[in-house]
Amino acid sequence: MSLLGEDYTTEEGEFVINIGPQHPSTHGVLHLKVWLDGETIKKVQPHLGYIHRSIEKMSESLSYRNFIYATSRMDYLSAHINNQACALCVEKGLQIEAPPRAQMIRIILAELTRLASHQLWWGCTGLDLGAVSPFFYAFREREAILEIMEETCGARLTQNFCVPGGIMADIHPNFQKRTKDVLKQIKSKFQEYDDVLTGNVIFENRNKNVGFLTAEDAISFGCTGPMARGSGVSCDVRKWFPYDGYDKVQFDEVLGKEGDCFSRYMVRMNEMKQSVSIIEQLIDNIPEGDFQAKTKMVLKLPKGEFYQRVETARGELGVFIVSDGAASPYRIKYRSPNFSNLSALDHVARGYKIGDLVAIMSTIDLIIPDVDR
Amino acid sequence: MFLTDYIRTVYKGVRSLLTGMKTTGYYFTHARKEIKTEEYPDNRATLTMFDRFKGEVVMPHDENNEHRCTGCQACEIACPNGTIKIITKQELQPDGKKKKAIDTFVYHLELCTMCNLCVVACPSDAIKMAQTFEHSVYDKKQLKKVLNNPGSKIMEGVE
Repeated sequence: MSLLGEDYTTEEGEFVINIGPQHPSTHGVLHLKVWLDGETIKKVQPHLGYIHRSIEKMSESLSYRNFIYATSRMDYLSAHINNQACALCVEKGLQIEAPPRAQMIRIILAELTRLASHQLWWGCTGLDLGAVSPFFYAFREREAILEIMEETCGARLTQNFCVPGGIMADIHPNFQKRTKDVLKQIKSKFQEYDDVLTGNVIFENRNKNVGFLTAEDAISFGCTGPMARGSGVSCDVRKWFPYDGYDKVQFDEVLGKEGDCFSRYMVRMNEMKQSVSIIEQLIDNIPEGDFQAKTKMVLKLPKGEFYQRVETARGELGVFIVSDGAASPYRIKYRSPNFSNLSALDHVARGYKIGDLVAIMSTIDLIIPDVDR
Repeated sequence: MFLTDYIRTVYKGVRSLLTGMKTTGYYFTHARKEIKTEEYPDNRATLTMFDRFKGEVVMPHDENNEHRCTGCQACEIACPNGTIKIITKQELQPDGKKKKAIDTFVYHLELCTMCNLCVVACPSDAIKMAQTFEHSVYDKKQLKKVLNNPGSKIMEGVE
C-alpha cells in the first residue's frame, strides 16, 4: 500500500497508474497516482516534495531585505505579487507605508503579472486539451508583457522589484507608452481568444459538466482564487482586504455559477478583462513623488506576529512572519494558494473519466514549485 | 424533435470549428505580416538587451584602470546567496597612512540569482549589472570571476 493511501484499498478489477512525469530535468511537473476502475477515476493521489527547496527555512537565516528574492521562485508566474506580499508584510511590521507612486506602480505591475499568468494558463489549457494554436497566440501577448517587465524590472520572470518601503527603482521612461500599446494589443485579441477556444465545440464538451466543485467544498478545502470564484465563492482579497490602494480602483469581482471546469475557465477569461480595466484606470494617473520610503540600513521588526494576504493569479497568498526582534525573521510561513487548490483535486476528479482529469487539472492551474516551496 | 436538435447541434459545432479555423487561416495566410518570432541564435548581431536587464555583476573601470570600490563589503552583506567575497588589504597611502582597499573582488556567477540587491546596496556605485546573457561554460571554475582588473586602483575622491 502506498504511503498516504491507507484509507483506500484497491478492489478487484481496479488498477493503479501513474500520470505525469517525474524526472529531475523536468522540474515542476505533477506526479499523480490514479486508482482506476476501467476509465473511471476512483481516487487521485498527488505525489509532492520533488521540488521542495525549503524556502521558508532558508528565509530564517536571511535579513528582511534578502528573503524576498526567494519568493519569486515559488509561484514563478506571479513572482511580482509574491514579492509584493513579502514587502507588504515587512512594511506592516515596520509600520511604514510605501509612497503612493510606489503603490500604484506595484498594482500596475501586479495586474500585468496576472494578465501574463492567465495568458500562459489559457495557452496551456488549450494545449492540454489538444488545441495547439492557442498556445502561440497566448505567448505572443505574454511576450509583450514580459518585455515591459524586462525593461522596467530588469528580469522577465524573477523580477525582485519590490523592496520593503516601495520599489527598487523608478519606472523606465518607456513604461507608460509600452504598457498602453500592450493593452491595446491585448484588448483587440480577446475576441480572437473566444473564437479559437471558448466557443469551440470540442473544448466546450470537454469542459462543461466536468469537475464540479460546490461552494461548500471550495470553502472547506480552502480553495481560493479563480478556482473558488468559479464555484461562486466571493473571496477576492483585492476586494475584501484591499492593499496597496486597490480600494481606490473600480473593478468587479468575477464570479462563476456552476463550479465546473468551464465556469473556472470563464472566470479567468473575464478576470483578464478586469485586469486590463484596472491598468487603464491607473496608467495615466501615476502620482509624482518618491518611489521608496526612507528605511533604516538594517531592518528590524518589533517582536510579534505579522500576517499579510494578497491575491495572486491563483488565489490567496498569505505571508506570516514571526519576529523576535532580530534582524532576520524567527519563522516565516507562506500560505500558498496552489497547495490548497491541489488538495481539492481528489474530491473534484472522483467519478469522472481519465480524459476529464486533464481538463480538471488544467483549469485548477497548478504551479508545482508553489505547492512544495 | 430529436432530429432537429441533432442537426442544430451539428450545425453549431461545425460553425464553431469554422470560426476557429478562420482565425488560424488568417495567420496562415498573413504569416509574413503577423510573425513575431525572433530567430535567436541567428539575430545575435542585431540583438540588444534592455538597459536595465540583469545579466551579471561587473565592476566598471575607467581608462586609468581605476574603479570606485572602497571595500566596504556592503554588497557582500546584502547578497542573499554568498555570491560576493571581498578580500581586503591595507594599502600604504602617499602621506604615510594606511587605508583599507580591495585586494580581490570575487564574484561567483554560478551562485548569483540576479536579484540586484548588491547594486542597490553599494554606496559608491562601484558595481553594476551588465547586459550579457550567454553564460554557459564547460567548466564550473570559469564562473568564478575576479571583478577588479589586475593592478587597478581606487578612483581619486571616492570614499
